[in-house]
Amino acid sequence: MSNSSLATSYSDNKLSLNFSGELSLYTIPDYQKQFDNLNTDAVNHVTINLEDVSFIDTAASIFINNLQSFYQNQNIKIKILSSCKDINDTLALVENQKISSSGLPHANRDTFFYSFGKSIHDHYIGLLAFINFFGELFATKVYYLKSIKNIRFKEIAFEVNESGIKALPIIAITSFLIGLVVAYQSAYQLKIYGANIFLVDMLGISMLRELAPLITAIVIAGRSGSAFTAQIGAMKITEELDAMRTMGFDPFIFLVVPRVLALMIAMPILIFVADIMGVLGGMLVANIDLNISPTLFIDRFGDVVAAKHFFIGIFKGPFFAFLIAIIGIYRGLKVKDDTQSIGFNTTKSVVEAIFAVIICDALFSIAFTNLGI
Amino acid sequence: MASVIEVRDVKTIFDERVVHDGLNLNVNSGEIYGLIGPSGCGKTTLLREIVMLQKFHAGKINVLGNDLSSISHDNAQKLRREWGVLFQAGALFSSLTVAQNIALPLVEYSDLSKEMIDEIVEFKINLVGLKSNDANLFPSQISGGMKKKAALARALAMDPKLLFLDEPTSGLDPISARDFDRLILKLRDLLGLTIIMVSHDLQSIYDTLDRVAIIDNKKIAFEGTLDEVTSVKSEFIQTFFGEVK
Repeated sequence: MSNSSLATSYSDNKLSLNFSGELSLYTIPDYQKQFDNLNTDAVNHVTINLEDVSFIDTAASIFINNLQSFYQNQNIKIKILSSCKDINDTLALVENQKISSSGLPHANRDTFFYSFGKSIHDHYIGLLAFINFFGELFATKVYYLKSIKNIRFKEIAFEVNESGIKALPIIAITSFLIGLVVAYQSAYQLKIYGANIFLVDMLGISMLRELAPLITAIVIAGRSGSAFTAQIGAMKITEELDAMRTMGFDPFIFLVVPRVLALMIAMPILIFVADIMGVLGGMLVANIDLNISPTLFIDRFGDVVAAKHFFIGIFKGPFFAFLIAIIGIYRGLKVKDDTQSIGFNTTKSVVEAIFAVIICDALFSIAFTNLGI
Repeated sequence: MASVIEVRDVKTIFDERVVHDGLNLNVNSGEIYGLIGPSGCGKTTLLREIVMLQKFHAGKINVLGNDLSSISHDNAQKLRREWGVLFQAGALFSSLTVAQNIALPLVEYSDLSKEMIDEIVEFKINLVGLKSNDANLFPSQISGGMKKKAALARALAMDPKLLFLDEPTSGLDPISARDFDRLILKLRDLLGLTIIMVSHDLQSIYDTLDRVAIIDNKKIAFEGTLDEVTSVKSEFIQTFFGEVK
């Protein structure tokens, strides 16, 4: 790096350190090693000679300063020889800073119990905040749906298009493939027993009742839930939400309610499409693999799959949509003033939305079965 | 002069940190009033409390005759139409163009025809010194200075009586900053506004402000005109204003 050197000479209990050249953060690690190996037991006078030093940086000054205090603490007399003004100024700067600073505070490491308790408390606060959000949502909904002209049809239509209509292709393809795969795997098993025709019962009921609503909800949670979080989170960071509030536009009316309503409208439609595509996928496998003609498939479908299965599937739609939308928006509103928090909350929103949908589905499943529907 | 904003013994506490401990100030009608203080002293917090974005823990804030701690929902909505707020980074709605941003309050709150709104928008755009061709650009397509001007135009859309500015000249180059100062003075004279701003920009403080409040150590260290300010013994005031004398 730079041509500097340290010469140590030792005589009559006097140690003299002669630095020369450029003294900087690149050279001091070597000197530190040299000092570590130095035996200073019998020394009572130290002279640091900086006369030949051409340049000293702050790191090296701190090093010299530390040397000074190290020897002083051992009651060894120390003298610094330097006549260059720049060097003396740098040394003085370090010296003065050291006097006035009280040292960096130590970052306290939390104990296990502290962090455990804190995380429980944070979750508890989070739950309360969510309930609070829920309440506010209902309060605003009630307050504003008093009058029909408060409903923001334009925004709702926009959101239905954005998170409903535009999601049709992906829902159709996913559902078609799931129908295909389920039928293909069951066909293999059913063939063993010669129970080919039961494919229709199985596929029809599982698709209409459980699979189509769940797949739709999961795709929408990934697609719209995350979009809601990111959009609203970004608006929060750029103070757009605050700007809305000061203009008297309640973000709940402008952003939250339209998104929730739009998704609740779009979801049943999407599930309907998913039903059709899933059954079509199964029909294709039945025709190719099990020699069940489409006519036969549809005949059998009408006989064995009751309409209630279809209605149950559609009925779940708005509930799933509600969960996905409010979790996405809630997470968006939780975003703090940093970019990291958008990513964190988006991930959280998708995971929590899917989790909530599955719990909700399980509850419905138990309830409907017990009700005999 | 009638006072437009009155702040009495306001206390603000974040978690355990006391930010304001009994603030008192008065803003008179028609003046340009500055909130000044070291970073972290709670200038922006006070501004946010006055525009009802944040709750305060004790005391009273009275804006245009409304007590904010007991204001009803409908009165709050009415009050919000009587002020305009310019945020530090503009806070234009990123999904709308400049013209749509300015038109939004008009569209929402009035029954004006589209042509009329367009005309008002064009007037406001020219008033703040933007060009008519900028109207159809999105906030992401314009510079920082233009964003501030567009946001100012939006704040002025409803012809408010009160204008709040949060560091209007921060992030602008010195020439644009002086332009902005002149613009603010011009608007005050043209529209008879009362302007409350948070600022760090000494030049802009001397050029525009009629009266200032200096917040230091959780309290108002000084309230009055700039001529009297250096007589006050406060470390912040001496370092901030000392060099100018």
